[in-house]
Amino acid sequence: MNAIRFYTPLFLLVAVWQVAATASLIDAELLPSPVAIVQGLAHLLTGGDLLLHVGVSLYRQMMGLFLAAVIGITLGISMAHVRWVRDVFEPIVRITYPLPKSALIPLLILWFGIGHNSKIFAVFLGCLLPVVVSSFNGTRGVNTQLVWSARSLGTGPVRLLWKIYFRAALPEIMSGLRIALALSYTLLVSSEFLIARAGLGYLIQSLGEGGDYPGMFAGILIVALIGFAADRLYVTFMNRVLRWQDQA
Amino acid sequence: MAYIEIEGVRKIYQEDTPDPIVAVDRVDLEIQRNSIVTIVGPSGCGKSTLLHMIGGFIAPSTGEIRLDGNRIEEPGPERGVVFQHFALFPWMTVRGNVEYGLSEKGMPRAQRREVSQHYIDMVKLTGFEDAFPNRLSGGMQQRVALARMLGCDPDTLLMDEPFGALDAQTRVIMQEELREICRASNKTVLFVTHDVREAVFLGEKVVVMTARPGRIKEVLEIDLPDDAPRLKADEKADEIWDILRDEVIKAVVPGSTYGERAAG
Repeated sequence: MNAIRFYTPLFLLVAVWQVAATASLIDAELLPSPVAIVQGLAHLLTGGDLLLHVGVSLYRQMMGLFLAAVIGITLGISMAHVRWVRDVFEPIVRITYPLPKSALIPLLILWFGIGHNSKIFAVFLGCLLPVVVSSFNGTRGVNTQLVWSARSLGTGPVRLLWKIYFRAALPEIMSGLRIALALSYTLLVSSEFLIARAGLGYLIQSLGEGGDYPGMFAGILIVALIGFAADRLYVTFMNRVLRWQDQA
Repeated sequence: MAYIEIEGVRKIYQEDTPDPIVAVDRVDLEIQRNSIVTIVGPSGCGKSTLLHMIGGFIAPSTGEIRLDGNRIEEPGPERGVVFQHFALFPWMTVRGNVEYGLSEKGMPRAQRREVSQHYIDMVKLTGFEDAFPNRLSGGMQQRVALARMLGCDPDTLLMDEPFGALDAQTRVIMQEELREICRASNKTVLFVTHDVREAVFLGEKVVVMTARPGRIKEVLEIDLPDDAPRLKADEKADEIWDILRDEVIKAVVPGSTYGERAAG
């Protein structure tokens, strides 16, 4: 039932799009029809090097996200606890939060070269701040009496960070990570657009340049599907970790 | 020398603002080892604040609290606490909560299991070991908090209205259970409540506090006969209620002397 409700609008959109394309209401040069995109997709799937591009992109995304998670959580929790860390980083975070990170990609390529590192760093930069902010807010919102409880049960002040603050802030941290996951695709694909030798962004870019628009759209579709699947997977994982929040 | 010595303690909140609030003022109290002291007073009289200071969670603004001769600077596992709002770890199961302090002590897993089961059974939560706190009623959560504290076997029990969320029957059972534990295992207990009967039934000494700012109005020694402690407790409770009545009125009737401010 839920699945039907979810997929019906998508199905309708594709149907209207296809009908409009068949009736020549849409110029196929400007927007290929769904059927053409599926053909392009089939072509990509049988072409051979799609897996390579997917693999390369996922590697860069995972590395970037992993770094953003580890550094972001550490920094966010430290900012909530150590006065000088907060004094140093809060202004930086506030100013750089609205900054479009993709604008930095040319610079990153200059710094890190055209290989993996510039892309990993782009994903890292784009994903870092939502994790920092959610960890900071989550940690600051921890109920004082939970902390007192743990202290009176023998937990020392440093151990508290891991045993209590991190665990109690986990719901917020995990939503921050979900936002980071969604943002990572933009950074990943746009960094691969500019200069790359492999990756989904590179694939989309080169197909577009060669005039294969159905193929290009198929590439975009693949990114969307991967993103959707990753989010579903992440939400399932998150609900499992946070199952203690379930109401009876 | 008393086990816990409270000397000239005063606690002011918002001290550096134009509106300081004196929560506790001029409190001197001695608590002997292995005794049960209960504190009664109207709501907002600073009884929780006093308990939190003995716990080492907040520091007095002036004065000093000593435990066994040493000034209390921070919390420690020798002082177990039950908070008014339970403060269970919501991401841990009932068993996880009860075992938390044991594993912090480094107790091996098998022994931890045994101890936690004993206290879970004692507070009548058998069968709920794997439930998370948000699935439990307030009374059940409160019993988890009790089991979590008792499991760690602290010398001193600091309890902030620990039976407040329990239904009447469970409350009576838990009161008797606590009385037994204290007699059998040499605990020093400080028990905050607003229920005068409970204070008299449990306490060897009942401290009556005034409305804000919380001061000690009177300290009464209670000696209940072993054969009919409840009956005698009820008589004594009426006596204390007379002392307390003015204070309660002060605390709840607006315009009496509500929220006395600190002068200077």
